[in-house]
Amino acid sequence: MSRELIVSKIEHGTVIDHIPAGRALAVLRVLGITGREGVRVALVMNVESGKLGKKDIVKIEGRELTPEEVNIISAVAPTATINIVRSFEVVKKFKVSPPEVVRGRFKCKNPTCVTNAPREPVEPAFYLVRKEPPLFVCAYCGRYHELGDLL
Amino acid sequence: MWRSRDVISARDFTRADLEELFETAKYMEKYAKSRLDVLRGKIMAVAFFEPSTRTRLSFEVAMKRLGGDVVGFWGAEGTSVEKGETLADTIKMLDAYSNIIVIRHRYEGAAKLAAEVAESPVVNGGDGAFNHPTQAMLDIYTMWREFGRVDGLNIGLLGDLRHARTVNSLLEALANFNVRVYLISPEYLRPRAETIDYVRSRGLKLSFHTNVEEVIGELDVMYVVRIQKERFIDPLEYEKVKGSYRVAPDMLRNAKKSLIVLHPLPRVDEIDPRVDATPHAKYFKQAALGVPLRMALIYLILS
Repeated sequence: MSRELIVSKIEHGTVIDHIPAGRALAVLRVLGITGREGVRVALVMNVESGKLGKKDIVKIEGRELTPEEVNIISAVAPTATINIVRSFEVVKKFKVSPPEVVRGRFKCKNPTCVTNAPREPVEPAFYLVRKEPPLFVCAYCGRYHELGDLL
Repeated sequence: MWRSRDVISARDFTRADLEELFETAKYMEKYAKSRLDVLRGKIMAVAFFEPSTRTRLSFEVAMKRLGGDVVGFWGAEGTSVEKGETLADTIKMLDAYSNIIVIRHRYEGAAKLAAEVAESPVVNGGDGAFNHPTQAMLDIYTMWREFGRVDGLNIGLLGDLRHARTVNSLLEALANFNVRVYLISPEYLRPRAETIDYVRSRGLKLSFHTNVEEVIGELDVMYVVRIQKERFIDPLEYEKVKGSYRVAPDMLRNAKKSLIVLHPLPRVDEIDPRVDATPHAKYFKQAALGVPLRMALIYLILS
């Protein structure tokens, strides 16, 4: 049996490479991909990588990630590289970097933040206050959050 | 600079804003026991979801002294909040009824949310554990009145500096002045990194201490907040340190003659009642200045 793992190439969509080993599911989670959307998703975990030792890869058929979505991935996979694929060709390739502002996607971990008050019509928002390592502050309660905390 | 503004966080106010406020408050002192009919026809809505004595009363008195009216509630009992109405809906209603809204709430960020929902200016009367901007303005106003200046003062903050919302706002507001701050508390009751990083980035000079004796001789102002027993992981630890965070006449023996002791009140046992009779005690004066300071604040926003 071949030792190579084979996942077919995608025609249109996004390949997220160099995800730290074991974080592929977290990447899908931050992107809000549950599997019920009907898009084809290939997920490879713990494969050999020259750069990382081991890595995960996610391939999403038929969906090009927006720049905002790309940067949100840095929350769980700061080493990730993003390849946008059209007609089997990589047309864009870039690294993720933490976004200046994150809206709506995560909950504030502070239980007495107003964004956690039941039924209040308020969308959580976080501002980047430090790039390396990324540190965010909740726009409402002012508490610090590291990227990992937001999940 | 103040007109129609929300007062949500002490960080939003510059030195020029504070100085304008202080000058106006000084003028208002003359009317703090009478009436200045400048806001006739204006209504302040007071939405206090949490208990408060001084803050609420001083806001109400300030509005009445300015000739305005006050409506509102304190404690959610008997209001639609008890039936499960959201803060946002409650504020929308008050916004329709009034010209300015003062809010106190246990959730951090409640005042910011209220300000987003309301068209009228919203004043934060204390939300969560972080913000009580008008108290910070009052604290610094008291120093300004006592010394005729704020720059150059050595200010000690004593007690639980981590959980007191007044401390956080006071530090943020002090970052506008050239002062030296001594933070005196057990190590794990130091202010949060969020606050320290911010004031350091603004150039505020500060140092950490666990023992008031080290610095008492340096201080012009000693700002005392309560240390609550419940905050200690180990009750024995509380018993060990509580004496060091209780201001008593013998602690003040090595203090400057001109030292003033401030406290946002209510105090429990962190200031010995015998201190009240000394010239150091300024906490009741501080509380009294809450009326002219809030008169100035409301006047500047609504006039």
